[in-house]
Amino acid sequence: MTDDRTPPTAQGDEPEIVLDVQDAVRHYPLRRRSLREPRRSVHAVDGVSVRLRSGRTLGIVGESGCGKSTLGRLITGLETPTSGAVRVGANGTPAAAASGRGTVQAVFQDPASALDPRMMVRQSVAEALGGVGRDERDRRVDEAIAAVGLTPDFGSRYPHELSGGQQQRVCIARAIVGEPDLILLDEAVSSLDASLQAQILDLLERLQRDTGTAYVFISHDLRAVRQVSHSVAVMYLGQVVEQAPAEAFDRGLLHPYAVALRSTEPRILDDGVEPVERVVLRGEPPSAVAPPAGCRFAPRCPIVEDHCRRVAPDLVEATPGHLVRCHRPGDLTLSGVARADAGTPAEV
Amino acid sequence: MSTIAERRPPSRGVRLPRRWPVRGVVANIALSLILLYVVLAVLGPYITPFAPNQVGAGPNLSPPSSDHWFGTDALGRDQLSRVITAVRPALLAALYAVTFALAIGTVIGIAAGFLGGLWDGALSRVVDLLFAIPEYLLAILVIAVMGSGLVNASLAIGIVCIPRFARIARGSTLSIMERSFIDAARLCGRGRLWIMRRHILPNIASPLVIMTAINLSTAEAAYAALSFLGFGVRPPAADYGSMISASQQYLLTDPWVVAFPAIAFVVLVLAFNLIGDVMRDRLDPRSRTSAGA
Repeated sequence: MTDDRTPPTAQGDEPEIVLDVQDAVRHYPLRRRSLREPRRSVHAVDGVSVRLRSGRTLGIVGESGCGKSTLGRLITGLETPTSGAVRVGANGTPAAAASGRGTVQAVFQDPASALDPRMMVRQSVAEALGGVGRDERDRRVDEAIAAVGLTPDFGSRYPHELSGGQQQRVCIARAIVGEPDLILLDEAVSSLDASLQAQILDLLERLQRDTGTAYVFISHDLRAVRQVSHSVAVMYLGQVVEQAPAEAFDRGLLHPYAVALRSTEPRILDDGVEPVERVVLRGEPPSAVAPPAGCRFAPRCPIVEDHCRRVAPDLVEATPGHLVRCHRPGDLTLSGVARADAGTPAEV
Repeated sequence: MSTIAERRPPSRGVRLPRRWPVRGVVANIALSLILLYVVLAVLGPYITPFAPNQVGAGPNLSPPSSDHWFGTDALGRDQLSRVITAVRPALLAALYAVTFALAIGTVIGIAAGFLGGLWDGALSRVVDLLFAIPEYLLAILVIAVMGSGLVNASLAIGIVCIPRFARIARGSTLSIMERSFIDAARLCGRGRLWIMRRHILPNIASPLVIMTAINLSTAEAAYAALSFLGFGVRPPAADYGSMISASQQYLLTDPWVVAFPAIAFVVLVLAFNLIGDVMRDRLDPRSRTSAGA
């Protein structure tokens, strides 16, 4: 797969690739209950390929357990892939080797748990600056604390003296202080309330404009993902089922799961884009231990056909920069089933 | 949140010390008692009315009197002087034993919890093995190998106490490992030793301190028991266990020879025990007992 998610209209000198995931697989072996039992494993991430260029944001959405956080851990090098390759940085170092070199940083979901309660803010931020002289370290820590909109006196406070939003700003300061090529934002705004979310997202966008850092933004919240991402990947059961430019998320979604996800997004007012019918999926995702033989979404798909249950679809490029893993791409849209002759009606 | 840190008002430049973890009437009494014992241990040789090992300082087995407040023992040694002198080995034994167990147990526990996998398996099995051997049997076994005396007896008790510290250190480490600041430190390029020392150790200190307080009384009682069996400081030096054991035949005729060292010893263990209870209540309010603040 060779998608680089740069719009075709981009200028000739494209930013360098800072994340290159090729067919990454991560299985977690399960403990056997008896010696005769075959070895089984959880297929957390099952053949994901993505690329990301400097200064851009890749959004990853999906429901709980779809493997998006595992993908995040592969990208940060905190886990090594069972097979496939994860390369980060301008010179394509394997993520596991780059881990801890300051190439990749991360901001986690719960800021209270991401800061050591016994370390002052300065100490936490300075942790990302190993092997830097004291004077320069102090200067860069001050800069980072200022860059995330905190006053210098926060440096000598402890995490429990800070609000959730302030804590998350400190985490962001720690992530940017070492000037990484790539920052993983793993549900980074999910634990904050709506107005704080907006503030933090604005902050992240501003920092990206200033520093050119690439983001991988993992969330179950489609709206937040779409707001900050240049390109969005939808994951289902360890695989990317659709990857589209952010603009396509308002009307051009092709995979029925992505459509269902988009249709259930809560809206305050009808924004006049399209009349949206909620596509409610029935049942739970199948077990990641024994994924279905055909399309992994088939058991829950509103427009499933026999063919889908037998043959697993490949991820193919529908239009430039827009990939989908479906035998009937585009047959389910936000306004219902597009082609009435296509078979099973949608469950709406 | 697993810390016992209280919410404080935002500090203005100066960081206030953490609140003293032992408060309340019971805690104050216990602390005063321990302070008294510490003073006696330090000043012992200078304040005893007689030399503790001086045979015939008074008549044999004389009851408490103005000359000999605690009476004399079967060899006419002054009991008050001996009770005061015995404070030092008693405190030192508890201190040595718990310090040793704390140091070794914490290292084992953090290593097992942090490194996981085979390390955890191996270290945890060793700890389980130590736990499985009856405590006094293990202590006497250690003494049989190393010989008796204050330091050896303390080490023996320390070895017996290691599993408790190791288990609590391992469990606390595992719960800290769940927090994402450990992953953040890894991404910042911090090595295992840094993470264990700078992140894990400070965050598991509270339960370890409490475990230390609780174990002081256990170690104290264990040392007295070993001393009673003759594994403590060498006679004729004064030691609660050996004093009780040497005088037990006079229990019915001249009870004070047993009573005074026993009382001194029991009060010391009780004081340690109360401190341990108060600190445990501070950590875990659910198991609150009457010893609360």
